Amino acid sequence: MRRARTGEPSELDLMAIACLLPSLLYVFVLFIYPFLYGIYLSVHPLKVDGFSLANYIAFFTDQYQYKTVGITFRLAVPNTIVVVAISLLFAYNMRRGIWLERTITTILVLPISLGVILLGQGILGFYGGKGWFNQMLLGLGLLEDSLVLTHNFTGVMLSLFMQQFPFCFLMLLGYISGIDPSIENSARTLGANPWTVFHRVMLPLIAPGLAIAFALVFVMSFATFPSAILLGQPSGATRTIAIAAYTQAFEMFDMSYASAIAVIMGIFQLAGLLVIILLRKRMVTAATMGVGKR
Amino acid sequence: MKETIDSLRFRITKRFGTKTVLQDFGLEVRGKQFITFLGPSGCGKSTALNIIAGLIPATDGEVWIDGERIDHLPPEKRGFGMVFQNYALFPHMTVFANIAFGLQLQRRPTAEIAERVQQMLDLVQLPGFEGRYPGQLSGGQQQRIAIARALVLHPRLMLLDEPLSNLDAKLRIEMRAEIKRLHTSLGLTSIYVTHDQTEALSLSDWVVVMKDGILMQEGLPQEIHDQPASVFVADFMGFRNFFPIQVVALGPDTDVEATGNGMKIRGKTRHTFAPGASVVAAIRPDDIVVGGDARTPNAFRAKVDIVEYLGREDEAILTLEVGGRLWVRTAARLVPGENVTVVFPPDRVIFLPPEGSGGTA
Repeated sequence: MRRARTGEPSELDLMAIACLLPSLLYVFVLFIYPFLYGIYLSVHPLKVDGFSLANYIAFFTDQYQYKTVGITFRLAVPNTIVVVAISLLFAYNMRRGIWLERTITTILVLPISLGVILLGQGILGFYGGKGWFNQMLLGLGLLEDSLVLTHNFTGVMLSLFMQQFPFCFLMLLGYISGIDPSIENSARTLGANPWTVFHRVMLPLIAPGLAIAFALVFVMSFATFPSAILLGQPSGATRTIAIAAYTQAFEMFDMSYASAIAVIMGIFQLAGLLVIILLRKRMVTAATMGVGKR
Repeated sequence: MKETIDSLRFRITKRFGTKTVLQDFGLEVRGKQFITFLGPSGCGKSTALNIIAGLIPATDGEVWIDGERIDHLPPEKRGFGMVFQNYALFPHMTVFANIAFGLQLQRRPTAEIAERVQQMLDLVQLPGFEGRYPGQLSGGQQQRIAIARALVLHPRLMLLDEPLSNLDAKLRIEMRAEIKRLHTSLGLTSIYVTHDQTEALSLSDWVVVMKDGILMQEGLPQEIHDQPASVFVADFMGFRNFFPIQVVALGPDTDVEATGNGMKIRGKTRHTFAPGASVVAAIRPDDIVVGGDARTPNAFRAKVDIVEYLGREDEAILTLEVGGRLWVRTAARLVPGENVTVVFPPDRVIFLPPEGSGGTA
């Protein structure tokens, strides 16, 4: 959406800078400095004096390490798509409010407030081999053997979905219900059926919100750590890049290598964001491209 | 070009939960007219329009156009044009794409679309604006584009939901004339929703006054203006002075004489009253004559309390000697504290049934 910009350039006087100082300091001390220090650490390996890319070379030549990138993407990408798609489906259909909306929203929000660990334990208890879910299906005679839903890829996916869906759903619901209903109504009176309204009018308007949702869910999924440990196989199928960094830092005590892995992780996250931004631009142009001249 | 409708007939009831927004609201009108739903906010006029458009389902009722029942049709199949209070242009599309939207959905050839959009831009006097985005236009321009977007499809019925409410006073008058011009020159049938009585009177061929989801009175603008059928409609049409009073005598034609609260008032009515009936006498502030002989009928003594200068005339609040307030609009310059004689010309006084006695026309 277009925003009107005021032509006035912002004036930065000394007073303004002085007032900004505490927050700038805060950002610097808690974010910029550690970030830069991490990069610095990563190019100063333990066994080498001075600058060296040895850690990065080591990561990309060691299959055990570089495999984590692929594993993380295989978790993060499908999870992001599923979470955003389902959130969009729900949020779009709830945009004009539904019956018992508050109750439903509360139930959806609950997992966020509980925290990952409790959620993980719950999933283990419910979906585990001896959990209610399997017991129920076995009892009903729908299964002959328990389904293996935890301590594997599925377990992590379940956990990620439950953590991120409510958050993503609420964000999109807020975004979509903020769009003036008369825009949609006018499209209807101009001859658009509900599907046309969605893809020609609403989707382009939702696109910025959707891109933010994609970006946030992707970054959160890519950095997954507790879920991958609690519900996955932290040394095998779900050894994500965050686990690799943790292992280097707190089991091998090689902060430099761990920093390098963290930087690599950051680069892949940024690359993911870039792809999302590019896709968003394409999507909006495509949706507004009409027949005839523009 | 698709022809405009010949007749519109509906009777609708709408409830949201336990709240009744429209109670058996019905109307039957010819096509090629400018029809206005007039009423204060919350009277259900917009809801009625949205139900006719198909954007809100009615709880109960029917909508017929030219002998065809249409209330089961989705809005996109009704062939109506609609203009909204907040313009509702697609912010991500250019002016061209906005106007072309409906034509594209009809899969018209590109050349035809370009030509018809061009015609519309000329019609609403904004040629050369096709490449702009709605955010780059003023409110008045946006509303013109919104009107063009609806008109380009040759709608058989135009629905306008308070289209001028977001514009400033000067632009509102300009756009009012513009809407009337388009309606007349294109031979449209339009339904217009407003809370502004001036808009309703100046635009309409037929005015429908609503209150709390009920039709209070319908008729020609002159009729609604001069002969309101109830205290509510009278109040809405600018009658500020109301006097509860009892009928004493009924003269020939529609003359009424009534007394009460120390006043004796003569006037007209279109209702049938029996002698002794409780009624309300009403007169507009600008129909009251200041000065004159205190011994003539309908003359009263009053003291001026507050005077507001309005340019050509003053609006004053007076206290009648017999008690009660009186709003007066007069070119005579009044001074607060002065005692004056006011006369209610008998042909300007109307007698209405008291509020709450079911005084619908």
